Amino acid sequence: MIATALPLVFAAPLLASAILMVVHRPIWARRAVLVGTVGAVLAYGVVLVAATNGGTVLVADIGLWPGGIAIPFVADMFSALMVTATALLTLVCVAFGIVAGEDEQHYFAPFVLALYGGVAGALLTGDLFNLFVCIEVMLLPSYVLISMFGGENRLKAGRIYITYNLLASAVFLFGVAFVYGVIGTVNFAELAGAAKESTAVAVAMGVVLVALAMKSGVVPVHGWLPRTYPETSPAIAAIFSGLHTKVGIYAIYRLYALVYDGDERFLGFAVLFMCLTMAFGAMSAVGEDTIRSVLAFNMVSGIGYILLGVALFGPLGLAAGIFYLLHHMVVKTSLFLSAGAVEVRYGTQRLDELGGLAGREPLLAFAFVGAALSLIGMPPFSGFAGKFVLLQASFAESAYFAAFIILAASLLTLLSMGRVWNSVFWGPVRREPDDTTGTAAVTGAADTDAVVAGNGEGGAVLQKRRTHAKATSPLTHVSPALAAPALVLTLVSLGIGLGAEGLLNLTQQAAAGLTDTSSYIEAVIGR
Amino acid sequence: MTLALGIGVLVAGGVFLVLQRGLVRITFGFVLLGHAANLLFLAAGGTQRREPPIEGTAALGQMADPLPQAFVLTAIVITFGITIYLLVLAAAGKGDDDTERLP
Repeated sequence: MIATALPLVFAAPLLASAILMVVHRPIWARRAVLVGTVGAVLAYGVVLVAATNGGTVLVADIGLWPGGIAIPFVADMFSALMVTATALLTLVCVAFGIVAGEDEQHYFAPFVLALYGGVAGALLTGDLFNLFVCIEVMLLPSYVLISMFGGENRLKAGRIYITYNLLASAVFLFGVAFVYGVIGTVNFAELAGAAKESTAVAVAMGVVLVALAMKSGVVPVHGWLPRTYPETSPAIAAIFSGLHTKVGIYAIYRLYALVYDGDERFLGFAVLFMCLTMAFGAMSAVGEDTIRSVLAFNMVSGIGYILLGVALFGPLGLAAGIFYLLHHMVVKTSLFLSAGAVEVRYGTQRLDELGGLAGREPLLAFAFVGAALSLIGMPPFSGFAGKFVLLQASFAESAYFAAFIILAASLLTLLSMGRVWNSVFWGPVRREPDDTTGTAAVTGAADTDAVVAGNGEGGAVLQKRRTHAKATSPLTHVSPALAAPALVLTLVSLGIGLGAEGLLNLTQQAAAGLTDTSSYIEAVIGR
Repeated sequence: MTLALGIGVLVAGGVFLVLQRGLVRITFGFVLLGHAANLLFLAAGGTQRREPPIEGTAALGQMADPLPQAFVLTAIVITFGITIYLLVLAAAGKGDDDTERLP
């Protein structure tokens, strides 16, 4: 019964998206469908975690074809945890979008739903080509969202984002074709262990892994991420930070565990690249001058930590990596939401224009500092537990260099987050809440007449949104409702940090499913 | 061999165009890359060792593999949608696209 509903996690958001594409009004119905669908997926995700507890693997074969021919949807502990986490983050970001007024633009809800459908499909599919399709389903709405919402540079960001991701998708497609040409199947379960036995499959699958690394933002192919995330709107940036790169990471974990069977020949190479990613991201973040670009570079650094888990392949490393993945998604989204709340109310995210918010906005300051401490790795937040288990895994695998980089990059993260804290939350108040029509709209009119003219609807909506915000609130502070989404996620991080044992137990089960893939293969193709 | 050469030429042309200035040329580059991927899928289906899928002319196992053709169909649809979107973006953003001019 639970397994039969697996394809619905992919289909229901897409269906809801299609309906909302046509039916725009009334706005409360649109919100109800958006929140209801994502909330239902969240509830189902919790059920999935409970159902896969103990190593059960649930399979739904589409069209009742026998296993091996059907396109399967598979849920084990790892995918169940990811579905739950992504649904929770989407729900919180959607709440932020509603409070910030971004969903008044009627394409917000349908595209976010389509995006989430793609994410859920990619997390549950058991077929390489279907993974490609789901990632495209996730990216297509993102292309629209990134070039429709945001400041005056949104089209520039959109161009970089789309061309880069298209190139990565093309590489992915080439890789899938190579894999099919070499071994004649794209079913994960049938591919299991193939790359360890045959070098040709390892090379073909390597092309796929390179494409996934491009989509995840691993150094040296990370440049698109800090150039695009700061330019889009706050809610969209938060959604992207929670979902996008993480799907690529999930696929790398899944494919390396299944197809390469944790092949040790390539792991040293992977450790090197992940150390580079951690160090480069953390170093670059120190020199940035807007909140979101600091966060974007810290995100690159975080991707290094997460993928270090797969580079230190083994029960300990994988469990640590998955734990860090879940922690990072929550904390990063919380930080992007705090930054977004500041931007919505104060009209800027530049470090040198903001100041003294700690006294004015205690709730937001608490949400930010909690998430920042968690990102750095301070107890009692989840980051401490995450980095601690990663360090343990590095020592267990004698990767002392990686352990050193983990600590050094954490220090640099402390430096960059401290800089944001100092200039935005401490010091004199340098900027009053924005009660004009908003910086973005004003500069937009001055610099990019042509853009606004060419994309009139987006510009008009931006204006409308600002004036709407002006009419309904006195705008002296960030309202509690606007700070609440970030605060909720910071509290989730605190909860994970205090109850790390419980989540670690679940991620160890997820890791066990990756190190011993026999139950996955048994469930999908029955041998 | 014909397929391999065709794919090679398409990839070369696609990469050349993707590296050009201006979104319209980049769009055409992606069209070429998409075609190259489609041909690669057909090649992956084993065109040399298989017969046309006409009943009575060959054994069932010898007939053309339908799966890569289904893949290609999906990939064509995706490429088509994205091409349109890229062209729209090129038209909507032409005013602020400073990559068109030499610096």
